[in-house]
Amino acid sequence: MTRYSAWSVFWNGLTGQKGWDRAWRDPEPKAEYDVVIVGAGLHGLATAYYLAKNHGVRNIAVVEKGYLGGGNAGRNTTIVRSNYMMPGNRDFYEHSLKLWENLSHDLNYNVMFSQRAHVSLFHSPASRDAAARRYNTMRLTDTDGELWSLDELKRNVPHLNYGPNSRFPILGAAVQKRAGTARHDAVAWGYARAADQHGVDIIQKCEVTGVIRDGARVTGLETTRGIIKGKKVGFAVAGNTSRLWGMAELGKLPIETHKLQAFVSEPLKPLLDQVVVFGVGGAHFYISQSDKGGMVFGGDIDWYKSYAQRGNLPIVQDVAECATSILPCLGRVRLLRHWSGVMDMSMDGAPFICKTPLDNLYLNAGWNYGGFKATPASGWYFADLIANDRPARVVVNHDLTRFERGVNIDERGAGPDPKLHG
Amino acid sequence: MIRIPCPFCGERDHSEFGYGGDGTIVYPALDAPAEEWVEAIFERENICGVQSETWQHVNGCRMWLLIERNTMTHEIQSVRPAHEGVAKALEESK
Repeated sequence: MTRYSAWSVFWNGLTGQKGWDRAWRDPEPKAEYDVVIVGAGLHGLATAYYLAKNHGVRNIAVVEKGYLGGGNAGRNTTIVRSNYMMPGNRDFYEHSLKLWENLSHDLNYNVMFSQRAHVSLFHSPASRDAAARRYNTMRLTDTDGELWSLDELKRNVPHLNYGPNSRFPILGAAVQKRAGTARHDAVAWGYARAADQHGVDIIQKCEVTGVIRDGARVTGLETTRGIIKGKKVGFAVAGNTSRLWGMAELGKLPIETHKLQAFVSEPLKPLLDQVVVFGVGGAHFYISQSDKGGMVFGGDIDWYKSYAQRGNLPIVQDVAECATSILPCLGRVRLLRHWSGVMDMSMDGAPFICKTPLDNLYLNAGWNYGGFKATPASGWYFADLIANDRPARVVVNHDLTRFERGVNIDERGAGPDPKLHG
Repeated sequence: MIRIPCPFCGERDHSEFGYGGDGTIVYPALDAPAEEWVEAIFERENICGVQSETWQHVNGCRMWLLIERNTMTHEIQSVRPAHEGVAKALEESK
């Protein structure tokens, strides 16, 4: 497999681009693996990669019903940040951000991680106080963060609606400078290629249709490409977790499936250097500009439960209103594409990386709005859990029993209603 | 846009309605064991297919409705008032 480098780009440029191998193999499934991960999305691929790299597991399969990275991996707004306050979230997302910072080198694949700063606007003294509390907590626990005055904000982000007549006048912003964006497809491809180089079999178009149990153990998976046995099995299928859970006859989960839309406009000249969020004491809206120039933005979920990967129009209107309210200069910009992904909305807005009632089945689920940024740490800790059969300290409360133990990780403080954890 | 046939107001856009959630949840008695409350509050079947759910016609008659809806196709199978007494009275008035 070619190692990508400046030299390989140069050499292939001279020799007609004929020296490139395929980035990963397309193997036939073997009868049995040490670990089978269901779901070749970002988290499944990252898990396979870290299992191989950190824990020396060699015989791994990742099975995927569609094509690699064809689900939520490509249906997000690519924001990476670690501005969390709750214990459990704070150290988890900070670890993730640190992994992001070296990810392109680690994977030998340019994921175009751009630390362009994440700017959360606030619109009232109360929301400024709340932001100050959150960002001070972050600073006291080794995460960067700062508050920008209105003057500083205007200097850095000149095009926002600072008019006195705006519905939510802007007072300033809470900023995490190390946060930013990455190219979501490249993250999927980079992890796939790196995992494949460690011998991981990535098996696409292989839908799991049944989970074969022997008492309190999983022995294998029935798939559209035959039965695949696994000594250990991990689910990483956020959005469809309840369906697989049902196949394993494990009952209910603290998860509802909702859909979230994202939008991209026609390409514009450079307009917005940061990720801007209109969410603290105002509406719910986030926007950045891709390297191609498109404005990438999104807002709330569609408010009702759904497994359909298509969005509804009232949210399109709602998000468009937010966009023109915060950046009136976008008023005549045309929408190029919009898409919708189904996600696990959990009961407290926090994910699950945990053991299950079955001895050799492990669960990675419940990512709500936040799965993209979590990718490296999710794979890291899920691999650690599968390899060592115990959760790392950081994810010790990311389990299914936290509700009965009263240890909710409810960052938004919205209570046990999945649709409210935006 | 989902169109919901409200039994009181007729067929309306879903944007007039607020979404409640799983309509099959029955809360246990106040003195029931904590496990039963944990299950009622936190655990969901999360059906892909036809499920019973509550919606409120917030920008209409403000009534709570019990709706059977397909969570994949969004087709609505049935709509009735969520309150048993109201549903019964509506049935008898027909």
